[in-house]
Amino acid sequence: MLLVNCPYCGARPEIEFRCGGEAHIARPVQPSALDDEAWAEHLYFRTNPKGTHAERWLHVHGCGRWFNALRDTVSDAFTASYTMGEQRPDAGKEGE
Amino acid sequence: MAPTTVAQPYRFAKGGRIDRTRPVHFLFNGRTIAGFAGDSVASALLANGVHLVGRSFKYHRPRGILSHGVDEPNALLDVSRGPGRRDPNNRATMVEATDGLVTRSQNHWPSLKRDIWAVNDLLAPIIVAGFYYKTFKWPRTFWHRLYEPAIRAAAGLGLAPTEDDPDRYVHRHAHCDVLVIGSGPAGLAAALAASGSGKRVIVADEQAELGGTLLHDASSTIDGESAEAWLAGALAMLRAQRNVTLLPRTTAFGYYNHNHIAMVERLVDHPAPGSTALPRERLWQVRAKQVVLATGAHERPLAFADNDRPGIMMAESIRVFLNRYAVAPGRRIVFATSGASAYQAAADAKAAGLDVTMVDTRPEAGCGVQSARLRALGIEVLTGHTVLGSVGRMKVRGLIVAPRDATDRIGSRRTIACDAVGLSGGWTPAVHLFSQSRGKPVYRDDIDAFVPGTSVQAERSAGAAKGTYDLAAALAEGWRAGAEAAGLDGTRSFAVSPPTRTGFTPARKLPTDVDASRVRAFIDFQNDVAAKDVELAVREGFESVEHVKRYTTTGMATDQGKTSNMAALGLVSDALGRPVPQVGTTTFRPPYTPVSFGAIVGQARDALFDPIRTTPLHDWAVAQGAVFEPVGLWRRARFFPKRGEDMHAAVARECRAVRSAVGIFDASTLGKIEVVGPDAAEFMNRIYTNAWAKLEPGRCRYGLMLKEDGFIFDDGVVARLARDRFHVTTTTGGAARVLAHMEDYLQTEWSNLQVYLTSVTEQWSVIAVQGPRARAVIAPLVSGMDLSQEAFPHMAVRIGKICGVPTRLFRVAFTGELGYEVNVSADHARAVWEAVYESGRTFGITPYGTEAMHVLRAERGFIVVGQDTDGTVTPEDAGLAAMIAKTKPDFVGKRSLMRPDMVAADRKQLVGLATQVPQLVLDEGAQIVADPRAPIPMKMLGHVTSSYWSTACGHSIALALVSGGCARLGQTLYATTPTGFAAVRVVEPVFFDRHGERVNGDFAHA
Ligand SMILES: [Zn+2]
Repeated sequence: MLLVNCPYCGARPEIEFRCGGEAHIARPVQPSALDDEAWAEHLYFRTNPKGTHAERWLHVHGCGRWFNALRDTVSDAFTASYTMGEQRPDAGKEGE
Repeated sequence: MAPTTVAQPYRFAKGGRIDRTRPVHFLFNGRTIAGFAGDSVASALLANGVHLVGRSFKYHRPRGILSHGVDEPNALLDVSRGPGRRDPNNRATMVEATDGLVTRSQNHWPSLKRDIWAVNDLLAPIIVAGFYYKTFKWPRTFWHRLYEPAIRAAAGLGLAPTEDDPDRYVHRHAHCDVLVIGSGPAGLAAALAASGSGKRVIVADEQAELGGTLLHDASSTIDGESAEAWLAGALAMLRAQRNVTLLPRTTAFGYYNHNHIAMVERLVDHPAPGSTALPRERLWQVRAKQVVLATGAHERPLAFADNDRPGIMMAESIRVFLNRYAVAPGRRIVFATSGASAYQAAADAKAAGLDVTMVDTRPEAGCGVQSARLRALGIEVLTGHTVLGSVGRMKVRGLIVAPRDATDRIGSRRTIACDAVGLSGGWTPAVHLFSQSRGKPVYRDDIDAFVPGTSVQAERSAGAAKGTYDLAAALAEGWRAGAEAAGLDGTRSFAVSPPTRTGFTPARKLPTDVDASRVRAFIDFQNDVAAKDVELAVREGFESVEHVKRYTTTGMATDQGKTSNMAALGLVSDALGRPVPQVGTTTFRPPYTPVSFGAIVGQARDALFDPIRTTPLHDWAVAQGAVFEPVGLWRRARFFPKRGEDMHAAVARECRAVRSAVGIFDASTLGKIEVVGPDAAEFMNRIYTNAWAKLEPGRCRYGLMLKEDGFIFDDGVVARLARDRFHVTTTTGGAARVLAHMEDYLQTEWSNLQVYLTSVTEQWSVIAVQGPRARAVIAPLVSGMDLSQEAFPHMAVRIGKICGVPTRLFRVAFTGELGYEVNVSADHARAVWEAVYESGRTFGITPYGTEAMHVLRAERGFIVVGQDTDGTVTPEDAGLAAMIAKTKPDFVGKRSLMRPDMVAADRKQLVGLATQVPQLVLDEGAQIVADPRAPIPMKMLGHVTSSYWSTACGHSIALALVSGGCARLGQTLYATTPTGFAAVRVVEPVFFDRHGERVNGDFAHA
């Protein structure tokens, strides 16, 4: 069971959380302006990297807050947790 | 059972760690076995001269006690501690001897000594590795019908219990700074070093007593003290510290992510007077900052013909039985070894007064001073010998040995008479937990073993688990590991005398003077795998160790390769002519040793298995004799049968009452969310398909919610209580996910909106009063509200009082009748319900359940999200296109509704079905086809989603999702039935009160 660091509550066991998939995918301001392909891209396509992955997490059985975290998809090691709206801590280094 | 005079012919009068003042008696295959507190079942059996304890898995060969610990592959007993307290496959070496135990050997019929399945042993040339895979393939149908059942009946190891387990099991979560697994010399040194820091230390050991190998070390001194005295001092020091938790009888069986370690503690299987209040087992889930793995090593047997005869055991185990349990496994013992450690066992046996012979496979030159020392004790030492076999049937009577030269030419045979044999083929570090932690073991040529490589998690290994067999070195290594784990720097050395005898020459399979391909030299006793099986697998092309493992089954099941792993790897390496590191090692999987289902389940059984939610009105329904059904976690009243009524009759009566007079229904399970704040209406606009800005306070609206993919997610009536306050209802099952969905958008997409979301499902109970007389029933009870049609129309909400308590009164009609939903606080729900019921008596008020509710809503064509939709249904598909506010620029899911496949003509659309035979009620889920005579596989057009008998209509009704359904109105299609097909006509999905006129109830004729 993973140990997940909630930026509001601290490290708690994984069962208190729900993972919400890839982070930093903002909902388009004007969805109707997107063509079908662009909308499908937004809706369904994710990066699925081997290595560092920015993910949304919800502390559902805790403070109820959403936050983002960086997790290595190979080792499951978390390298950062940060609040919604904050920039990705390793910005510019994605895909390493 | 109290004969205290049962002899223990193989027990020494003195010595050992058993308590001779506390005799214990238990049964083995019906025979009373006497032992002492501190005995294992295995040591007590040996004290009574019992070696034969089971039949092997495949060949049903007689098998005896091989080891003294968790690596025991043979002595697997069925153990009963009383009614319901029986389980199979207990290692006799790990079960503490206790008064009243009833133990039995397994895997034989009719008896242990005369086992009919022993015929398999004669068939051994046929039942080779992969036998099942090769033989039972044809004809194909025979596998399920004949082969598999027959093989399973003959092969199963142990009998699963069938009674309820009366014991209690619990879970415990713990955090610590340093978790030390294993309390041998390295583990204790680590604990001593770490505990000095004041940090929280947990020490867990699978044995009943802490101490590991120190418990049977009769020869070493540590810092001038005997090993026994040093152990006592170390334990006293640890016990005196409040930051240290010592857990004997606790097996760490799983090493998971982020230093999460699962351990099982056995509490009442061992003798502990007055401990009946304790749970049987406690599952510990430990989150450790640092872990020290001091899990020791397992001794390897030697592979030669008939090396599995009862009485043949591990050399170190003989030492354990002698020194720890004061039991002589035999009186004439032959040790056969390829290494040094057995020399200590031989010396201890000699010191105990036993007749000892030593056979060493190494040449004289390789045995150094060890052989000279042993000879000086008067022991015959045969170096440069091989073992060719054993004699005896149910018990070993002799060991056949012969000299071998450097080219493996075998000299003349000699049989050494004996009644026990101690084997030592070297040592294998127990790297199981390290491997589970995702660490990759690395091969060390100098000790012919895999040891922990680079740590992946915050752990470090020490002692024999790391291949450090020398006692002084293991202590020092343990100390350093403990200190480092606690964040201290510090080393300490320990003075040990005499130096530990270590070192061995690997011997995969001892040379023989007969055709080696005919020799069954077992390497995996539990799975009956012989060296030649591994060689055969390699010859047949299995080169990966993982494949060899599965093909031969070596190292599988509960054994997890404790005794066999290195032998198998070595044989594969030899057969392929590749060095061991290139062959690699298998992955060790949890659990390290078997864990009871009870420990895993813990308290989550019976009523606590899955939590059940009930409403404040539940007990009333129970008292009325309601029949309940599960809806998500809720239990809801399904119908209220009167004496002699079946469900059909009860539901028909309940429906009639609602249509003709009035019914009362517990709708408290509806999800309720309050959406509050200056931006509440804007938030609602974005989340729902409907427009909310123009909804006046005091009015309700049916709201439809989509996911971003455009499919229906949830629905429910929403009341606007004030400009900045909405009372949202959701489906019963959808409450939590709707709130989560709303929170997700609010927190992550629209955090600028000032809105607060609060779940109020538990706070508001809902009493639905439905039917033409509904207003008359509640009118006498309400105050502060005008119930007139003009003041309180359909789809309105009012805040006032009922029975003197505050209410949010909704005028809504999921039944299609005039109706109210009385929201009152949960505390007052029962009293208000009873008052309404009382008030309704003169009108014939009838409680109705979920089944009638479903019939009533289906008659009106109202969908239930999750029943009539399945996550692939759009509003258009469900006939709810009118719910979409065309004027809104955006809402969740809007863009997806414009994707080409979301508007395709052949989408499945909600329609009604009228059966050609009016009485026929279709099965929900029944498939729909156009032509029942079409060849199979037929094209499925859709399926029935809701289907009921309608008393109001006088015929059955059904809703269905049908491809292009809206264009098929009037067509005849066919629905599957249990016996064939039924003709159905596609109709509008509304069966009753097509124009919705009944919602005004008795206002119409008031
Ligand atoms: Zn939190």
